[in-house]
Amino acid sequence: MVTDTFAEGIETEITVMELNLWYGAKQALKDISVDIPKNSITAFIGPSGCGKSTFLRCFNRMNDLIKSCRVEGDVLVGEDNIYESNVDVVELRKRVGMVFQKPNPFPMSIYENIAYGPRIHGEKNKEKLNSIVEETLKAAALWDEVSDQLDSPALDLSGGQQQRLCIARTLAVKPEIILLDEPCSALDPISTSKIEDLLMELKKDYTIVIVTHNMQQAARVSDYTAYFLLGELTEFGETRQIFEMPREKSTEDYITGRFG
Amino acid sequence: MLKSTRSKEFAIESLLLAVSAVTVVILILISLFLFGEGAALFKDIPFLDFLTGKNWYPTSEPPIFGLLPLLLGTLLVTAGAIIIAVPLGIASAVFISEIAPPKVAEILKPIIEILAGVPSVVYGFFGLVVLIPRLQQLLDLPTGQTALAGSIMLGIMALPTIISISEDAISAVPDFLKEGSLALGATRWQTIYRVTVPAALSGISAAVMLGMGRAIGETMTVMMVTGNAAVIPGFPGGIFAPVKTMTATIALEMGEVPQGSEHYHALFAIGAVLFIITLLINLIAEAVKRKYRFKVGS
Repeated sequence: MVTDTFAEGIETEITVMELNLWYGAKQALKDISVDIPKNSITAFIGPSGCGKSTFLRCFNRMNDLIKSCRVEGDVLVGEDNIYESNVDVVELRKRVGMVFQKPNPFPMSIYENIAYGPRIHGEKNKEKLNSIVEETLKAAALWDEVSDQLDSPALDLSGGQQQRLCIARTLAVKPEIILLDEPCSALDPISTSKIEDLLMELKKDYTIVIVTHNMQQAARVSDYTAYFLLGELTEFGETRQIFEMPREKSTEDYITGRFG
Repeated sequence: MLKSTRSKEFAIESLLLAVSAVTVVILILISLFLFGEGAALFKDIPFLDFLTGKNWYPTSEPPIFGLLPLLLGTLLVTAGAIIIAVPLGIASAVFISEIAPPKVAEILKPIIEILAGVPSVVYGFFGLVVLIPRLQQLLDLPTGQTALAGSIMLGIMALPTIISISEDAISAVPDFLKEGSLALGATRWQTIYRVTVPAALSGISAAVMLGMGRAIGETMTVMMVTGNAAVIPGFPGGIFAPVKTMTATIALEMGEVPQGSEHYHALFAIGAVLFIITLLINLIAEAVKRKYRFKVGS
């Protein structure tokens, strides 16, 4: 595995060192080391079952929910090794937000969906909650569409709106990193482009990692791309380099559509 | 060949249709009989007098048929049962579907099913021999045969219904909702009481309604433990006094009455009222359940 160091002056947000992951006896991730740069968009691509979603879920320890899952190696978020035994997973997930493949708003009002995160972390002040709801809906480019129906059920929104609501919900707990697991795979092209525009806007303030099956999407939005195959990180680098001059044959085959 | 297959199909379909039609016909006949026999009472006694009458003296001269003490007795015992069964039932359902390790859940579920299979006379016997003397002693009552004893026993009997239907509803909440909550930094407990249980709430309400239907219609157990005194229960002391429920009244008095007498018709009128109450509860439960099915599907 080859990891390039980035151009000068680029800070690293997530550092992964020799990460191995097993589901029971089956090894799903093999010896992965990579540095994910701050305030940028990194795309994970690769054929189905290559481990890219599993790898993404290592960053907020969502894999903890799977009983048979075992992780070895180190993942540093900022300075902190998140796989040390004294790490507070609740605290970690506050710092590292996640948006899922299928939009999953709670069966509550739009307002309550956004207020949920701040509330569970102890925010009770009504005015403060109001301003968080407004701010995050604006940041997720949803405010203009829903500002007059904050009390209506979130499930009445369209799929694209629901997904932007989920992004807003993630922003509401003020994370440093946002993980997105194929966030547009259930959406139409117009909703997809809205979300892509949104991600470009958000990377000014957040570090974004996105898993995608859509090559064009990776090429359009990401600054860095990681190509996975069979649980290994085959190639990682600046997106332009990966798409224009891939070093590995299998990367080239995949992005040109010869397999996958 | 083809023709014989087709006529065989037709024969089987007709048979199945006939069998299901029989159920409906039986239901209609029972209703007609029940309401017909009950309505005969109102030739002599105005319907409102029956419904709001404060005394049930069926053997006095002249007899008085007032439903209120029995209706309130039933409602009191049922309300008590629900107050006992709902928190226990929901807590157990949450434990089985969200907290217990799969192996423990696999053991608990069949045990709860068995609880539903215990004959009601056995519950009654248990209440009579074990519960009532202890209640009397503990609360220093003149008799342990009280509405409270009925509520406790009915609460236990309603538990399997409430647990298994609530558990279905909670298990049906999709994992992606729970993940959404956990990914925001919620603890498992916060996720359960703020996302999972609210998302299953209509299913849980249906479970409570069905449990209530079971409690209202239960006869043998309440008859054995509630003391069967047809007096309007006081509030709140009535819970510690004997009551007589509608079901127990029918069961106890039906054997004594001459067929076709006023008393006989009055018992049928009680049955009709009971039938309407349980029908309404079941309809509400069905409606709530349907609403919840659509909600989770989206």
